[in-house]
Amino acid sequence: MKKKSIFTLCACLAVCLALLWLLQALLMPKYMGSVKEGALIGEYYDNAGNNDVVFIGDCEVYENFSPITMWEEYGITSIIRGSPQQLIWQSYYLMEETFQYETPKVMVFNVLSMKYDTPQSTGDQTQREAYNRMTLDGMRWSGSKWNSIQASMTEEEKQWQGQWSYLFPLLRYHDRWSQLTGEDFQYLFKKDQVSDNGYLMQTGVKPFEDEHIQPPLVDYTFGENSYYYLDKMVELCKQHGTQLVLIKAPSLYPVWWDEWDQQMVEYAEKHGLLYVNLLEKQEEIGIDWSQDTYDAGLHLNVYGAEKLASYFGKILVEECGVADHRGDAEISTVWAEKVKTYYQRKEALQAQS
Amino acid sequence: MQITSFGFLLFAAVLLVAYYLIPKKGQWILLLAASYCFYLWAGIEYLGFILLTTVSTYAATMAMAANQEKQAKYLAENKQTLSREERKAYKAKGKRVNRVYLIACLVLNFGILAVCKALLIEPFKAAASAGTFSFLSLGLPLGISFYMFQSMGYAVDVYRQTCAAEKNPLKLALFVSFFPQLIQGPISKFGQLAPQLYSPKKFDGKQLSFGLQRMLWGYFKKLVIADRIAAAVITLRGPEHTGVSFFILTVFYAVQIYGDFTGGIDVTVGLAQALGIKLPENFIRPYFSKNIAEYWRRWHISLGEWMKDYIFYPISVSQPMLKLSKAARKNLGAFGKRLPVYVASIATWFVTGIWHGLTPNFVLWGMLNCFFIVLSEECSGLYEKFHGRFHLKEKKWYGGFEIARMFILMNLIRIVDLFPNVGDYFSRIGSLFTKFNFHVLWDGTMMKLGLTALDYIILAGGIVLMFTISLIQEKKGSIRELLWQKNPVVRYALIFALLVIVLLMGNYGVGYNASAFIYNAF
Repeated sequence: MKKKSIFTLCACLAVCLALLWLLQALLMPKYMGSVKEGALIGEYYDNAGNNDVVFIGDCEVYENFSPITMWEEYGITSIIRGSPQQLIWQSYYLMEETFQYETPKVMVFNVLSMKYDTPQSTGDQTQREAYNRMTLDGMRWSGSKWNSIQASMTEEEKQWQGQWSYLFPLLRYHDRWSQLTGEDFQYLFKKDQVSDNGYLMQTGVKPFEDEHIQPPLVDYTFGENSYYYLDKMVELCKQHGTQLVLIKAPSLYPVWWDEWDQQMVEYAEKHGLLYVNLLEKQEEIGIDWSQDTYDAGLHLNVYGAEKLASYFGKILVEECGVADHRGDAEISTVWAEKVKTYYQRKEALQAQS
Repeated sequence: MQITSFGFLLFAAVLLVAYYLIPKKGQWILLLAASYCFYLWAGIEYLGFILLTTVSTYAATMAMAANQEKQAKYLAENKQTLSREERKAYKAKGKRVNRVYLIACLVLNFGILAVCKALLIEPFKAAASAGTFSFLSLGLPLGISFYMFQSMGYAVDVYRQTCAAEKNPLKLALFVSFFPQLIQGPISKFGQLAPQLYSPKKFDGKQLSFGLQRMLWGYFKKLVIADRIAAAVITLRGPEHTGVSFFILTVFYAVQIYGDFTGGIDVTVGLAQALGIKLPENFIRPYFSKNIAEYWRRWHISLGEWMKDYIFYPISVSQPMLKLSKAARKNLGAFGKRLPVYVASIATWFVTGIWHGLTPNFVLWGMLNCFFIVLSEECSGLYEKFHGRFHLKEKKWYGGFEIARMFILMNLIRIVDLFPNVGDYFSRIGSLFTKFNFHVLWDGTMMKLGLTALDYIILAGGIVLMFTISLIQEKKGSIRELLWQKNPVVRYALIFALLVIVLLMGNYGVGYNASAFIYNAF
């Protein structure tokens, strides 16, 4: 009798846990529709393990560089670990996690996030929390993810001991039941790849017209916390024998101040790093701001991203010695599939726009 | 640490596992450690308050016990030689000494409570937060009222020799700080709670299951109902709410406060039950009361009992009151008999009022309650005559009428909590009799209270469920016992369904401005 009761209890518990898991999967945002950015971090794991170059950073990497172009032109295997408003500590922990899956020759970090020193440095709390989610929810469970959560939580999240809602996302998305759409059911068990090795393609064209005037800052010095994580990145890459390359992507705004640039130049010199401010190379890259941006200069579209990849690929080959893998049959087969998907996506998006 | 937080649930889960895994002798020590961890979580700056109460209570009760022991020994040794008068005089002297210990303890502790409460209101609040006394602006230490009432009740009981003094200071520290009831009670008596805290507990699956079920039900009431309807209650003080909309909001406030208070108590009592400790019930379906005296026998029972035992009773038997009683009987006839009781009631309700808050509205709240209790008592003869003639009590609908009447009356008294300016309160109450703006029901006003149509649907469903459960409890007793008789699969399915409702429809987490339990503020 007692055995039967215990069996019933265990069976019921198992069923309940399974139902809760299913419920959680249903309620979590799928990021397959208009906000595809939230799916990028999770897509890395299907493409990890064999990349010579890993890009880490915010939208200035995942919308500005096309890994497929770098493959086609230079045989470079690369991937982007990007997410919207990715903060420097998140980039650091993504970098740390990346080394659990692969040891790339070059790690490319976009330095725009140096300007954010603390989790609440800009934007309202709700917005920041949504960005945190898009970076952190997609990560697989590891010490890096846990540390990234601790470093990223907004005040409101801390108040609610939000770390538990990262562990059990049902606690965060519990009220989405009234907003479920067909997408939530369609992608319950399997999601589509929305990116091409982390690159989120945009084919629209919205020319740059007016310069965005931003008022000067009182203090241009990057915060201590930003430098703390940048130092950690340098150390981490050194430990793994990976070359760290700092870049500033050629987005026209938010403004990249000369004073900020100077700090990065000095930092790179001090640590023997390669720093490339691609804003200064616009002409060499050949960016045409009337054709190569989909949002008036904030990000590049696919045409701009291909030009930038073509330019930056050359730097990776010439200055970092990244190898050409086009002669490797096994790698070529994998990449041929990626190239095919890329052009299919491009064609489909062009047809839409 | 809020008991609706994820951290609290984890804390409780770890404690429960450890509690039943460690040797039974160490269980009470684990509870003490857990209670202090819980307290420290609220802020290390509050630690001094609970330690001071514990140490002063221990010192006073030990001194009283030692004095009582010495006295008993002396009397036993000199039984033959002392005359009756001498024995009486010796006892009286001993009692006077103990009274000094007790009063010192009460003055120290209630003095601290009074200062803490005073610092919450202007102008003391502003004075405390400025200048050299800024350290005083800590806010109200967690659970200070509840652990202080419990401790002082114990000290009085030792003085009255209705319970023995606890010799082990750590055991007393556990009685004072037992964490589930720190937030909002119930206020337990030493004789009822302490033996349970210290005795070893065997794992009992049924008690654990019942405790967890009760916690879940408490979370339902707090998160799904109270915190959801709170958005509308916040608007109640707005000048636009008069007449019908004000009346509706008083009903909303009744729902919120019921869900909040009883939800919190369910979590507290449920966790204690899971630990094998039975705490006294604090609310027994008070909205089913038919008169105000019954209401106060069902609402915040442990506070009412405490006030009765330690305020009402001592006042009633005090020398001035006995003199008043004698004089009143002589001069005022039947009313004179009741007058001392009414005077003691006024004093008790005054204390209850100022405990809730040192502002005029809380004093008024206490006095209104007292007024209606006295009025009800004074009119009892008239009621009896009325019912003797019309036999309404025998009719079924009359019971419902009495319940509705009491519900509305208590709503109108309770709402004074929210009006620090009592003039505003009376003006709103007046609007109930002068403004008949029924159009608020269909002109969109109800959709401007901070609740969406979905909120109303969830609230309606939640209230119906809460009412149905209360009705079943009133008629058939414990729901959990009824469920226990059912097929386990049905039982687990119902519990799981409730869990899913709480998870999906609860107001918690980022994006919600859920409130802390209202009684935290006392």
